[in-house]
Amino acid sequence: MKALFDYLIFPGFLFSAVIGLLAGWVDRKVTARLQWRVGPPWYQNFMDIIKLFCKETIVPEGAKLTFLFSPFFGLLSLALVATILGRSIIAPAYGFIGDLIVVLYLLMIPAIALIIGASSSKNPLASVGASREMKLVLAYELPFILSIIVVIIKSQGVIRLGGIVEHQMAFGSNIASISGVIAFLVALICVQAKLGFVPFDASESEQEIMGGVLIEYSGLPLAIFKLTKAIMLYTAPLLLMTLFLGKDLSPVFAVAKYIGILVVIILIKNTNPRLRIDQSVRFFWRFPAVLSLVAVVLALFGK
Amino acid sequence: MSHRVIVPIGPYHPLQEEPEFFQLYVEGEKVVDIDIIIGYNHRGIEKLAEGKHYDQVPFLVERICGICSSSHPYAYVLAVEDILGGEANVVPERALYIRTIVNELERIHSHLLWLGLAGHFIGYNTVWMWAWKYREPVLDMFEMITGNRNNYAMMKVGGVRRDIKEEDISIVKKMLDELVPAVDMFKGAVMDDPVIQARLKGVGILTKQQAIDWCVVGPTARASGLNIDVRRDDVYGVYDRLNWNVIIEKDGDIFAKTVVRILELYECVSIIRQCLDKMPKGEIDADVKDIPSGEGLGRVEAPRGECLHYVKSDGTNRPVRHKIRAPSFMNVASNKVACIGGTISDATITLAAVDPCYCCTERVAVMRKSDNEKVLNGWDLIKLSQEKTDKIKEGMLNARPQ
Repeated sequence: MKALFDYLIFPGFLFSAVIGLLAGWVDRKVTARLQWRVGPPWYQNFMDIIKLFCKETIVPEGAKLTFLFSPFFGLLSLALVATILGRSIIAPAYGFIGDLIVVLYLLMIPAIALIIGASSSKNPLASVGASREMKLVLAYELPFILSIIVVIIKSQGVIRLGGIVEHQMAFGSNIASISGVIAFLVALICVQAKLGFVPFDASESEQEIMGGVLIEYSGLPLAIFKLTKAIMLYTAPLLLMTLFLGKDLSPVFAVAKYIGILVVIILIKNTNPRLRIDQSVRFFWRFPAVLSLVAVVLALFGK
Repeated sequence: MSHRVIVPIGPYHPLQEEPEFFQLYVEGEKVVDIDIIIGYNHRGIEKLAEGKHYDQVPFLVERICGICSSSHPYAYVLAVEDILGGEANVVPERALYIRTIVNELERIHSHLLWLGLAGHFIGYNTVWMWAWKYREPVLDMFEMITGNRNNYAMMKVGGVRRDIKEEDISIVKKMLDELVPAVDMFKGAVMDDPVIQARLKGVGILTKQQAIDWCVVGPTARASGLNIDVRRDDVYGVYDRLNWNVIIEKDGDIFAKTVVRILELYECVSIIRQCLDKMPKGEIDADVKDIPSGEGLGRVEAPRGECLHYVKSDGTNRPVRHKIRAPSFMNVASNKVACIGGTISDATITLAAVDPCYCCTERVAVMRKSDNEKVLNGWDLIKLSQEKTDKIKEGMLNARPQ
């Protein structure tokens, strides 16, 4: 019963969705202020989701069953990530060995759900978007995992989220070293891509392929994808905070750190044009991948 | 073996505001061929102009396009004044200066608009919003000088409709001074940004020879190293009395097109300043009464390139023939070479880089069959229109509940 509550209400699905939608509002508001606009009221994202829930769901002719199922897979797995992460922040002593690896796997599923959903919609633009998304996943996963290996090395080989937090509480944040800084920056860039934000939003670029992967979605499945994105906006910076800035996770500091990371992500989003997909892939393999390798080596030497 | 897919851009697409249709034939991400289909927005402006008298036509032609709404009427009045003996012989001095000022202000606002849109098309929405924010004061200047933010209604055969007030001149100068730092900022933000350079350099290249072959005009041609500018080559207004440069870049890629437009902003500001300083006092309208029979041609360097109007008069108060060729008509076709070989992402910004204006461009598209070639004249069009109306009527009658 406790586990069900954790998963569905707090810190799982409902809590993370609400926080994620609020974070989405922060994103829209900061973006708007940067662009000399006013920006929406705080409840705008909630209204958007509610509106989408009420809209008709249109299924394109010839679409496979996965078209309707894949949004839910993404949402369910991300809610699980939110649960595991939230629990290890609130009570670091709980959790199981290897939950970090589970989290890494589960974080990948929304992107895969997007690819499967888009591919089963039979739309040429969606398939272009799906192929871009796939290339992007292949590009950013390696540096992301490498930068997390740095964290594991720093925490004396602990692969339990709670253990990493406990280690940082005792010995200071992982970011407080050269390798930590490099790994954090690499992970931040990868999170940018995971979130599908500019400059890595080629898979759903509105001006080129009209929303790409999401082009055929409407109504409820689209709302689920939007919710998934919102929860991603909550979990991905939270994961960064847990792994790299875990020294003091009391509520005030945790919120401040989370918002700090969020704002940096939003600033990157608003001060860059979109990269072409081949440029994105080349970028990830050239700079973050190499840098994270350097960080792993440095971490092994204790720097 | 590669699989060829058609990626449609249009007729309704978030990329561009107007209905037009590009069919990109792609293999993976690479564009191997492109079909350009226009004609969704034909309004029969030329035919309408033949039913209006000479003073009404400027109001009509400035509604061809909301952006070039000074270039089209200017080219038209030049064509009519060509029948009367040339702009310089007909129009009072002060009116020439005012025409030049309005024409250059239009270039500033159009180039800023394009810069914003180009930012939007490569996903850089901050540039979009900022460019349009700094475009606002330009529109305010328009409102102060002409009374309208768009569709200025300034051009008139024989002069201009409104004078620039003496007390407005200092305000306009001050607003221009405030505009220059903003342009500096864009110059820095766009020309020095490595990510923008990665997106725009070497993309959508139109070589000098291709530019000549495809007859491109305006900034599109000047970015490919073609040294053409109607303001200098076929002087109108007071451009020959001012000190300014034609901006030319050699690379022909989208970055060069951006640079040309940004640097032209400085020239525009300089031209307007000189005009405001040198403007003599006096009449603004020659009060032309009758248009003799004859033919006239007017050419104006619109923000997108050469805008050409041809007017034929038979001595009555209405043009018997009015022919318009907007710059985008030449520029859009050049996408046929510029887009091929790039990716889909490149193609979208390449399509936008010529600053296309489809409402200027639209023509009636006639599908030619291989066996019987078909050309439509005015009567055919009217007949087609009547047939269509009948069809719609019939459909409505059938749809009515019995």
